[in-house]
Amino acid sequence: MVASLDGDAAAHKALLAKLSGHLRAYFKRHVARINRDPVEAEDLVQEVLIAVHAHRRTYDRSQLFTPWMYAIARYKFLDYLRRTKEFRKDVPIEEAEEIIARDDHAAVESTLDLEKLMARISPKARQAIRCVKLDGLSVAEAAERCGMSESSVKVSVHRGLKALALLIGTESRS
Amino acid sequence: MKTDRLIEMLSTNVEPVERGQIGKAFAWALVAGGIAAFCVMLASVGLRADIGAHLGFLAIKLLFVLSLVGAGAAFLLRSIHPGQGAQKPFALIFVPFLAVGAAVAVVALLPGRSAPWGVLTFGTQWATCLYCVPLFAAIPFAALIWALRNGAPTNLARTGAIAGLVAGALGAAAYAFHCPDDSLPFVAVWYGASIALCSFIGAILGPRLLRW
Repeated sequence: MVASLDGDAAAHKALLAKLSGHLRAYFKRHVARINRDPVEAEDLVQEVLIAVHAHRRTYDRSQLFTPWMYAIARYKFLDYLRRTKEFRKDVPIEEAEEIIARDDHAAVESTLDLEKLMARISPKARQAIRCVKLDGLSVAEAAERCGMSESSVKVSVHRGLKALALLIGTESRS
Repeated sequence: MKTDRLIEMLSTNVEPVERGQIGKAFAWALVAGGIAAFCVMLASVGLRADIGAHLGFLAIKLLFVLSLVGAGAAFLLRSIHPGQGAQKPFALIFVPFLAVGAAVAVVALLPGRSAPWGVLTFGTQWATCLYCVPLFAAIPFAALIWALRNGAPTNLARTGAIAGLVAGALGAAAYAFHCPDDSLPFVAVWYGASIALCSFIGAILGPRLLRW
């Protein structure tokens, strides 16, 4: 975690990959316990991965990592319960089979569509995320291409990711 | 969307993170909010005319409200970091209230009061106190919410309530420079009530403003 805070992309990737495993186990257990569709666990995994990334500066280097990460996971889970309260209903027995029989490849694929989500954030943030995060340009190159200053590219990426994290909650289950 | 793709995306061009950034932003919000509250006080009701003659009681008022600011700020600083327990600073917030309550009780037991209870409690400007404090608290509250949004509070209602309390206490600190009523029961009741009101508003707004 400390390496990824210092901007080490490989360490960051390894960290997120490892976290996704822990989070998947955590959310699958919790989602199953309240009889919801297991596919929703993967949405939550992705939501927390974005949150961990976008809020990584709230991690205090002098403290343990696990309580920090699970506090975020727990917060996102409670948030998910709150906002899906109205969608919660009992599934009639005839339809239950369909749910049980769902293909488990969904384990690593959420119901979210990145392109659709991207279409809903501000154009500036979308452009910045596309350049820096999807096309892999450096901040300086992205600034040149988008005609923004470097710091505004950084701010746009940061805000855009936060906006995406919020959208995931509302988009995926509506 | 595949989770691997998301991870790929998030770890492309990772920006290094500056240490202590959100703590600094929080400190700035606190200081700037306090100064703004003081300026609003100067611009609206103005300093108390005979303030030089009553510095002693002003100090008591400031001690009460600034200890609330201190305890509340300690709680907020922990609450913007997920996973850090904040029970102890939360409990500390009640100490200033208890101390003022105890002081009022002592005054009540001492013989020889300067004025009847009604006058001591209501003073001359209790209503002004009740609306000025939330008014002065508005800018500090906005500044604190901005700073908290940089962090990741996980208990939004409680964090909002304490943000309201700290903002209210800053508003009360500004009001103390105007307040012409020098009695402990007045401070306990009206400062306490107006700060509690700010805290209540904060608790309602918290979940809406702080969600992430």
